[in-house]
Amino acid sequence: MKKYYTLRIGKDKLSFLIDKKAFFISMILLSIVAVIFIISTGIGEVMISPLNVFKTFLGYGTDMDNLFIFSFRLPRIIISLLVGVSIAVAGAILQGLIRNPLASPDIIGITGGASVTVVLFLLLFSDKNNSLIINIKWMPVAAFIGATVIGLLVYFLSWKNNGSSSIRLVLIGIGLAMLTQSLTTLFMVKGPIYQAAQANVWITGTVYGATWEQVRILLPVVVILFSISIISVRNVNIQELGDELATGVGSTVQKNRFLLLLLSTALTGSAVAFAGVIGFVGLMAPHIGRRLVGSSFGALLPVSALIGAILVMFADLLGRTLFSPLEVPAGVFTAAIGAPYFIYLLYKTRNS
Amino acid sequence: MLFNTTFRKIFGLILGIILLLLLMCASLIYGYAETNVVTVVKAFTNFNGSNEHIIVYNVRLPRALIAAVVGASLAIAGAIMQALTKNPLASPSIFGINAGAGFFVVVAVSVFYVNSYQTYTWLAFAGAAFTAFLVYFVGSLGREGLTPMKLTLAGAAMAALFSSLTQGLLVVNEAALDQVLFWLAGSIQGRKMESLYTVLPYILPAILISLFFAQKINVLTMGEDVAKGLGQRTGLLKITGALIVIILGGGAVAVAGPIAFIGIVIPHFSRFLVGNDYRWILPYCIVLGGSLLVFADILARLVVMPEEVPVGVMTAIIGTPFFVYIARRGFGN
Repeated sequence: MKKYYTLRIGKDKLSFLIDKKAFFISMILLSIVAVIFIISTGIGEVMISPLNVFKTFLGYGTDMDNLFIFSFRLPRIIISLLVGVSIAVAGAILQGLIRNPLASPDIIGITGGASVTVVLFLLLFSDKNNSLIINIKWMPVAAFIGATVIGLLVYFLSWKNNGSSSIRLVLIGIGLAMLTQSLTTLFMVKGPIYQAAQANVWITGTVYGATWEQVRILLPVVVILFSISIISVRNVNIQELGDELATGVGSTVQKNRFLLLLLSTALTGSAVAFAGVIGFVGLMAPHIGRRLVGSSFGALLPVSALIGAILVMFADLLGRTLFSPLEVPAGVFTAAIGAPYFIYLLYKTRNS
Repeated sequence: MLFNTTFRKIFGLILGIILLLLLMCASLIYGYAETNVVTVVKAFTNFNGSNEHIIVYNVRLPRALIAAVVGASLAIAGAIMQALTKNPLASPSIFGINAGAGFFVVVAVSVFYVNSYQTYTWLAFAGAAFTAFLVYFVGSLGREGLTPMKLTLAGAAMAALFSSLTQGLLVVNEAALDQVLFWLAGSIQGRKMESLYTVLPYILPAILISLFFAQKINVLTMGEDVAKGLGQRTGLLKITGALIVIILGGGAVAVAGPIAFIGIVIPHFSRFLVGNDYRWILPYCIVLGGSLLVFADILARLVVMPEEVPVGVMTAIIGTPFFVYIARRGFGN
C-alpha cells in the first residue's frame, strides 16, 4: 500500500501528495475540534445542552440561546480557534527553521516584541478616561510591527560570517525576550494602575471579551497566512536538512530563512494582538504533531494547526469554567501544561 | 586583560572603589528634590529635620546602600555561576532564579497576604533555591551534561513558566498587582533600611565566603578532572557555590525585585580587566557591580523626571547589547 495519495488537478498543473496517515489523523483531530467547539459553546454561566447548541447553529434556537451563543460565546471560541492555529503554525515554522525542537515564538522574544508594542499602543493612544482615541483595529498592526521588529533584530544580530546560525538565533532571542519583558513592565508602570491591570490580563493571554469585529479582522489574516504557509512547505522541509545540504540541493537558504521568519512573526503578531501571550502553544503543538505524523512539514502543518486550536480552546474553556465566576486567563493553563512538557522535551532530547 | 601586573590590579581596584564612592555620593545629591553637596554633608553632620535632610537621610541613603549591595551580590552570583557551569551566559536572570523568587513572593502577597520583609526574604530564598535546582537538574540531563544551550533553554522555560504563573495570580488579585507591580520590574525606589538589614546577615557572609573560595574556584575552572586530581573535593565546592548563589540571588531579589543582566555584564567586564583569576574577579565584581547598579539607579530617576523608571529596566537596556555581544562571540572556543 502506498503511503501517499497523489492528487492531480487539471493536466498535472497542480498536484499534491497527500499523506494518508496524516489525512486520517487530521480528520480525527478535526472532529475533536468540532466536539470541543460545541461543548464549549454550551458550557458557561448558563448551560445549554449540545443538542440545543446544534439546533441554534442550524437556526432553530430559542432567543435566549441565540443571544448567548451568537453574541457572547461564539466570537470568543472562534478567536481561540484562530489564535491556536496561528501560534501553532508559527511555532512549527520556527522549529523547522531553527532546527531546534525547543525554539518557539515566546522563547525567542517574538511574542515579547508584540507585547511591548501593544502595551505601548494602549499607553500612547488612551485619553484620560482610559478609552482609546483611535480604532482598536490598529492594535494587531502594532503587535505585528513589534513581533516583526524583534524577529528581524534577532535574525540580523545572529548574522555572523555570512550566515545566521540557529544556536545564535536562540540565544540572542532569549536575550531580547528579557529586554522586551522589562520594557513591557516599564510601559505598564508608566500607565495608571487600571491600565496596568488591563494590560496584565492581556499579557497573560486571554480571549476574554472577544467580539465579532475581531473575528472579522483575524479570520482573513489567518486564512491568508495559513495558505502562504502551505505553499512554503517545501522550503521548510529543505531548511530542516541543515545549511550545507539545503544549499547543496539548490535552495537559497538565507533568503528563505528570512522569508519564513517573517511569516512566523506575522502569524505570532496577529495571534498576540487578539489574545495576548498564550504561552507554550507554539512549542507544544508542533511537537505533539511530530509525534503523531512525523516531521515532514506538509503533514505536520495542518496537524499542528489543529492541535494548537484544541489546546487554546480547551485552555479557555477551563479558564472560564473552572473557577467561575472568576476568569483565569487561558495563558495560565497553557503555561501550566506547557512548562512541564518542555522539561519532558529537554529530557527526551537529552542525548541529541 | 587590561591590568596585567599585581600593582596595576590593586590600582584598578582602588580606582573602582573611588568610582563606587563617587557614584554613591552622586546618588545622595541628585534627585527630584533640589539638594547640593552642602545639604548632604549637613544632613550627616548637623541633622536639622528639614525636608531636604530627611530625604537625604531616609530616602537617598538607603537607596544608595541597597543599590551597592544588590549590585555586588548579583555580580558575584553571576561570576560564580559562570565558573561552576562553565557557561558564559549563566546568571541569576537567565537561570530563571529571579522569576522563581518573584513567583514565590507574589504567591505570598496575593494568596497568604504576607507583608513582612523577613518573610519576603525567606520566600525569595526558597524560590531561588527551588528554581536553581530545577534548572540545573533539567539542564544537565543527558550525556553531554550541562551544555550552555540546554541550560539557557531550561532557564528561559522556567522563567516563562514562573512569570506567566505570576501574572495569572496578579490577574485574579488586582490589589496585589498594585502592591507588587513596581517590585516586579526591579526597583530600589522607596526601599527602607530595614529591608537591607533583613538580608545583610545572609549576604555579607556569603560574599566573604565567596572571596575565601576564590582560589578553589580557580582550580575548578581548570576542569573537574584536574581539580579532583589536585585533591579538591569538587562536590562540596559546587554545593557551597550553589548555596552562595542562592543566598546572593535570592537576597537581591527579596530587596530589589528581579534585576537582570548585572550578573552577566559585570563578571565578563571584570574578566576583561583582570583575566581569569577569581581572586581578582570577585573583588572587582563587588566594586563594579555596586557601581553599575548605583549608576543605573541615578539614571532611572533622572531620565524622565519627575517620574521614575524601574532600575531593572535601565539595567536591561544597558545589558542587552552586551548579552548579544557575548552570544555572538560564542562559547569561549
